[in-house]
Amino acid sequence: MFKGLWKPSCATVAVLGLLAVNPALAAWQLDMPVGVTTLSDMIRDLHREILIICTIIAVVLFAVIAYALFAFRKSRNVKAATFSHNTTAEVIWTVIPILILIYMAVPSARGILEIEDAGSPDMTIKVTGYQWKWGYEYLDNGVSFFANLDELSAEAARLDSGIDVRDIKHYLRDVDNRMVVPVGKKVRILLTANDVIHSWWVPQLYIKKDAIPGFINEMWFTATKTGVFRGQCTELCGRGHGYMPIVVEVVSEEDYAAWVIENGGEPSMVSTTEISADSSVAAL
Amino acid sequence: MSEAVSHDSHHDDHGPAKGLTRWLFTTNHKDIGTLYLIFSLIMFFTGGAMALIIRAELFQPGLQFVDPHFFNQLTTMHALLMVFGAVMPAFVGLANWLLPMMIGAPDMALPRMNNWSFWILPFAFAMLISTLFMQGGGPAGGWTLYPPLVLQTGDAFPFMIFAIHLMGISSIMGSINVIVTILNMRAPGMTLLKMPLFVWTWLITAYLLLAVMPVLAGAVTMLLTDKYFGTSFFLGAGGGDPVLFQHIFWFFGHPEVYIMILPAFGVVSQIIPTFARKPLFGYEAMVYATATIAFLSFIVWAHHMFTSGMPIAGQMFFMFATMLIAIPTAVKVFNWTATMWRGEMTFETPMLFAVAFVILFTIGGFSGLMLAIVPADYQYHDTYFVVAHFHYVLVPGAVFSIMAATYYWLPKWTGKMYNETLGKTHFWLSMIGVNVLFFPQHFLGLAGMPRRIPDYAIQFADFNMVSSIGALIFGFSQLFFVWVIIDCVRNGKQATSQVWEGAEGLEWTLPSPAPYHSFETAPEIK
Repeated sequence: MFKGLWKPSCATVAVLGLLAVNPALAAWQLDMPVGVTTLSDMIRDLHREILIICTIIAVVLFAVIAYALFAFRKSRNVKAATFSHNTTAEVIWTVIPILILIYMAVPSARGILEIEDAGSPDMTIKVTGYQWKWGYEYLDNGVSFFANLDELSAEAARLDSGIDVRDIKHYLRDVDNRMVVPVGKKVRILLTANDVIHSWWVPQLYIKKDAIPGFINEMWFTATKTGVFRGQCTELCGRGHGYMPIVVEVVSEEDYAAWVIENGGEPSMVSTTEISADSSVAAL
Repeated sequence: MSEAVSHDSHHDDHGPAKGLTRWLFTTNHKDIGTLYLIFSLIMFFTGGAMALIIRAELFQPGLQFVDPHFFNQLTTMHALLMVFGAVMPAFVGLANWLLPMMIGAPDMALPRMNNWSFWILPFAFAMLISTLFMQGGGPAGGWTLYPPLVLQTGDAFPFMIFAIHLMGISSIMGSINVIVTILNMRAPGMTLLKMPLFVWTWLITAYLLLAVMPVLAGAVTMLLTDKYFGTSFFLGAGGGDPVLFQHIFWFFGHPEVYIMILPAFGVVSQIIPTFARKPLFGYEAMVYATATIAFLSFIVWAHHMFTSGMPIAGQMFFMFATMLIAIPTAVKVFNWTATMWRGEMTFETPMLFAVAFVILFTIGGFSGLMLAIVPADYQYHDTYFVVAHFHYVLVPGAVFSIMAATYYWLPKWTGKMYNETLGKTHFWLSMIGVNVLFFPQHFLGLAGMPRRIPDYAIQFADFNMVSSIGALIFGFSQLFFVWVIIDCVRNGKQATSQVWEGAEGLEWTLPSPAPYHSFETAPEIK
């Protein structure tokens, strides 16, 4: 018991080292992971920008408060002033926030437009949320499968399983069947659910949207790097909400073609780059 | 002093009745205020105990203590108890105690309704908590009650809906009482713009309550008919829309979060001038800022739903409207700072809590502004970043203000001074605990940990452990709060009527403890 408790404390010592080694999956991670899509840098920059603005305002404001708490205390024999208005100050501290907000609003609005531009995708995957697994249907080539929590995690995750979950690689973030996509292709995801609302999120892909029963939501990404990226359901969906991970494997175009054939899909459709939005909706 | 407020009516001054009936049948604003505050404290500890089980489970990865379904019941009940059972009743309790004393009235305008609006609550919450023992357990779909998930609730479902209806009725009656009292019972000469800020913020809060509680009632009634009477308001298969519920819920829910913070603004605006010995900076700006925030609260609801698939125009509108809220909120924070500026400050416990409120609430405000940025919100949404955000606004925000208010007015209520050393110990433990508890949750959210999960990937283990340690410190330091109050009542030194050197307002002209019928003769306001 105490051994288990001790481990993270040792990690405290190594915090900086860990951060330097693997920023994406390190313990003590402080900020969003670096993304791997064409839009991820834009979104992360917006996040950084608003964070920095807030931090600067906070530092200035809290410094003023700290100074006031130090300087204007009765024990220093100060005499209270009696002012209760200062129009100049009030105008200034109303106008400055307005200017900052306008400064932030413009790139944010532009960001929304970029994110919502799901037109002319290279391929479309229909993703369906179930209690508690994800279903994937590749509308262009007929591949379809379910992705469940991997068995190792599922077993260790039980109450009093007696298994140290720290020994399990990718605990709660591994599946039996990965969603495989080619790098550099615009992948459109049509999202729905079978029972209750779920939400599909892979932090490094920088997209998240709710999967709503009876409705179809749309989102897209174009991965710029190959690799395996992990996420999980982010809308409370019942008992198994914490146990429906998402694993996306971005591979080269050749590897993707091979994967499609291996999974009984139509390889000829893989290279089809001009599937119009209308035709794939009709395929639903 | 007590002679000064004695009255010239024909019957004798009757004190409270004796025994249980005093509390059961009371129509006195102070007794009802006390009932509300004690009830709120009990709910705070009940909801807090649930939070401690949650944090104990999240102390380490892997499932150690509770089943995931029970975990979901805990998160749901924790939120319902804290929002409807702890924070809201605490502010109603403060309103009951303070409004008549602040506006120079003998009591609330509608005393029997006042009694009823309180006594509904214990029954409502007894019913809600009893659902934990029913077939299928308590509600486990989150306090936001999103369908279709919430429709999977077992036998608890109708009880939960009925409990919410009761809470709504209680709130509506309470807010009618507040509005009628403030608008009709002010002492001669107290014009609206001479009212203390706590009175102003409560007046606006009461209107918010009146506007949105019926909306919640409507939403949960539609849930009820969807589950039992074959309607499909929120079911896609029957032509309904689950997202419609979210719109209705958040049309209630967003004003609701301001219902929990506007009276807190009022409390802090009373306390800071007292201990800075300097008038509140920008009184009118504060009033207008409060009204502006209240108005904006009605047009920002869908910022809780950016990932639900809204049209671009909708996302833009709700992003811009949400960003606007930063302006009146910033004005308030700057005004509090300016009130302290060149003051003559001392730091008794109420002031410590009030200053902590200003700083920590501002941190919650900043993360709120970040959440308004839609592209980034896709990353933040439904993660621990959101959990950190709203807990910063609600715990070192609303809850700290309630504690500040308790320390500030406790001598007026009980006639006795609390122990300052104990109070300060409570403050510092809470202050440290709350930050260790909630600050790391920002990092967890940014790193990718969703909220409302009973177990998590190993990469989140470290900050979760820190957070749980903070929860332990914060949770158990609240026992100090109870200790201070009991110690004050039992062993406190007699308080003066002024209590605080810099305190201004009608309540401080009354003796401590305040007489049973606050102002029997209306005071003159110059």
